[in-house]
Amino acid sequence: MNKLLATAVLAAMMTNPVLATEKVLHIYNWSDYIAEDTIKQFEAKTGIKVTYDVYDSNEVLEAKMLAGSSGYDVVVPTSDFLQRQIAAGVYAKLDKSKLPNLKNMDPELMKAAANYDPGNAHAVIYMWGTTGIGYNIKAVAKRLGDKAPIDSWSLIFDPANAAKLKDCGISFLDASTEMIPAAMNYLGLDPRSTKKADLEKGAALLEKIRPFVRYFHSSQYISDLANGDICVAVGWSGDVFQARDRAAEAKKGIEIGYSIPKEGALQWFDMLAIPVDSKHKDAAHAFINFMMDAKITAENTNFVWYANANKASMPMVEQEIKDDPGIFPTATVKARLWGAKVYTKRTDRIITRLWTKVKTGK
Amino acid sequence: MSFSANKATFGTLIKRTLVKRIRFRGRSLVIGIPLWWLIVFFLIPFVVVAKISFSEAIIARPPYSSLLEWKEGGFLLLKLHFSNYLYLLEDSLYISAYWSSIKVAFFSTLIALLVAYPMAYYIARSTERRRNILLMLIILPFWTSFLLRVYAWIGILKTHGIINNILMSLGITSEPLVMMQTNFAVYVGIVYTYLPFMILPLYTNLVKLDNSLLEASADLGANPLTTFFKITLPLSVPGIIAGSMLVFIPVVGEFVIPALLGGPDTLMIGKVLWDEFFSNRDWPVASAVAIVMLVLLVIPVMLLRNAQNASRAAST
Repeated sequence: MNKLLATAVLAAMMTNPVLATEKVLHIYNWSDYIAEDTIKQFEAKTGIKVTYDVYDSNEVLEAKMLAGSSGYDVVVPTSDFLQRQIAAGVYAKLDKSKLPNLKNMDPELMKAAANYDPGNAHAVIYMWGTTGIGYNIKAVAKRLGDKAPIDSWSLIFDPANAAKLKDCGISFLDASTEMIPAAMNYLGLDPRSTKKADLEKGAALLEKIRPFVRYFHSSQYISDLANGDICVAVGWSGDVFQARDRAAEAKKGIEIGYSIPKEGALQWFDMLAIPVDSKHKDAAHAFINFMMDAKITAENTNFVWYANANKASMPMVEQEIKDDPGIFPTATVKARLWGAKVYTKRTDRIITRLWTKVKTGK
Repeated sequence: MSFSANKATFGTLIKRTLVKRIRFRGRSLVIGIPLWWLIVFFLIPFVVVAKISFSEAIIARPPYSSLLEWKEGGFLLLKLHFSNYLYLLEDSLYISAYWSSIKVAFFSTLIALLVAYPMAYYIARSTERRRNILLMLIILPFWTSFLLRVYAWIGILKTHGIINNILMSLGITSEPLVMMQTNFAVYVGIVYTYLPFMILPLYTNLVKLDNSLLEASADLGANPLTTFFKITLPLSVPGIIAGSMLVFIPVVGEFVIPALLGGPDTLMIGKVLWDEFFSNRDWPVASAVAIVMLVLLVIPVMLLRNAQNASRAAST
């Protein structure tokens, strides 16, 4: 029905050249992932009218992209999803002559992102982060004592610990390709392994923990951590920091911490890209270039608490954020981060099936 | 002479066929609108889904293969992948998901019926003025977004939600009860959401109940309970069936309520469909799951209708 409506609107636009050249831009980004006035500033600067929609999972974005005619001009897939979507022919090549702010980007991080998108031909880094553990400092200490292993996956992957945290609530991301590798990493296996036996071992560990897990969700934990409805969440770094902020604002005495487990964690990049069927490619390039502006990037990082890949913005990033090892990890921690593996269709199915088994016990 | 007579009959003939045609057109127009509606919004999507269910998942846009393929030498090759359907049988996940969806739908329908019957009965027995107010109250929640109402239940049921806050401040419990992310929450959400669909058909049935039958029953010495079970209940069976179908069928495929209120072990076919479609990017298997669900729902409904028609034919 929506699609029908979209087609009707599109048809109307095609027959009306005035409308088609009107300066509009449709952006589809992650929820809670931009400073409050960034869009307003962009509109004021360029006169382009922005429609801004949000999602909370790569899967939802991917389904829209694969179906085609999404109507969006700029989207923000995560690196490993980006790679598969490029293979499916979803994204347009960037016209780098329209992106002068590329000079601001950190060459080292862009090189890391090029593992997914050779030559950075289709996308630039918006933010990057890690998948680690967010926790309610007091609630965890009350149940596990001062020696709670908050710096290790054993906090939740050791059944003895998980059992003690069950009553105050543990949440996992509903993302098979992040959770199972994390469990493999804890078991000392290569988190990027695609061997069925390794994946099964990781899933078996999660199955053992499952009775202690309250829910699997990829955005709910932000407010639940902040309100004390759960006390430990496997989550994305910046989201946990947002929970920490909200908890501090609520002044109910809840303190939230984030740790990158010492065994290692997933490092991911969220990438700005333009769908190949975008109708406003010029405006889309203008927006991506705007987002790479040093000041704008700094404002976004200061607001969403995610690390950016913009070298020029660093002097304007708040000291507190720069010094936080959970956001900008130290060199030793950085060495233990791994990048997501892009799986074959067969491995994908194995992982999703294992994940369903973890979640439902069936 | 004969020519003019011929002309006259010819003229009336044209007139007659014209009238007939207009009448015919009018009728086909009236029948045609719902027919076209069904073709455009039901049959075509169904055929598209059925088509995808026989294709193969690939990394492309759209992410499935084409059924038809031109081969050299002018062959048009039709490839149907039945493997997607066979796969549903191979893995016990799908069967248990269908089964648990039907179970959830059955018990939700039963609970909704038990709650709705007295309500519908009371409304039907009220004075006309009060009846309209009560009906209004039943319909009123529809004016708020369904999603918003489900979110409201999250606020009521969650660990630091309304119920737990009340229980704890009254000292009835010291630790909050875990109600969210449980099957209990799913049943609460479903019964709450679908209750009006049960009440309204029951009400329209019960309000037509002939009072003289009840009086006759009382005159013959039956107590109210016997009257209810011997007269009211049997006469309200069509209402019960209509209401139950309106609740049961959508609940089997329900996705939003279990996704928002349910826990990880709430296995329903809607969620499995989501996983196939989004996590596996396997549109063909997702389509096969949907087709099987449709078949599972349509066949019992058709059997039920046949049974109803047969009983109606027998009673007349």
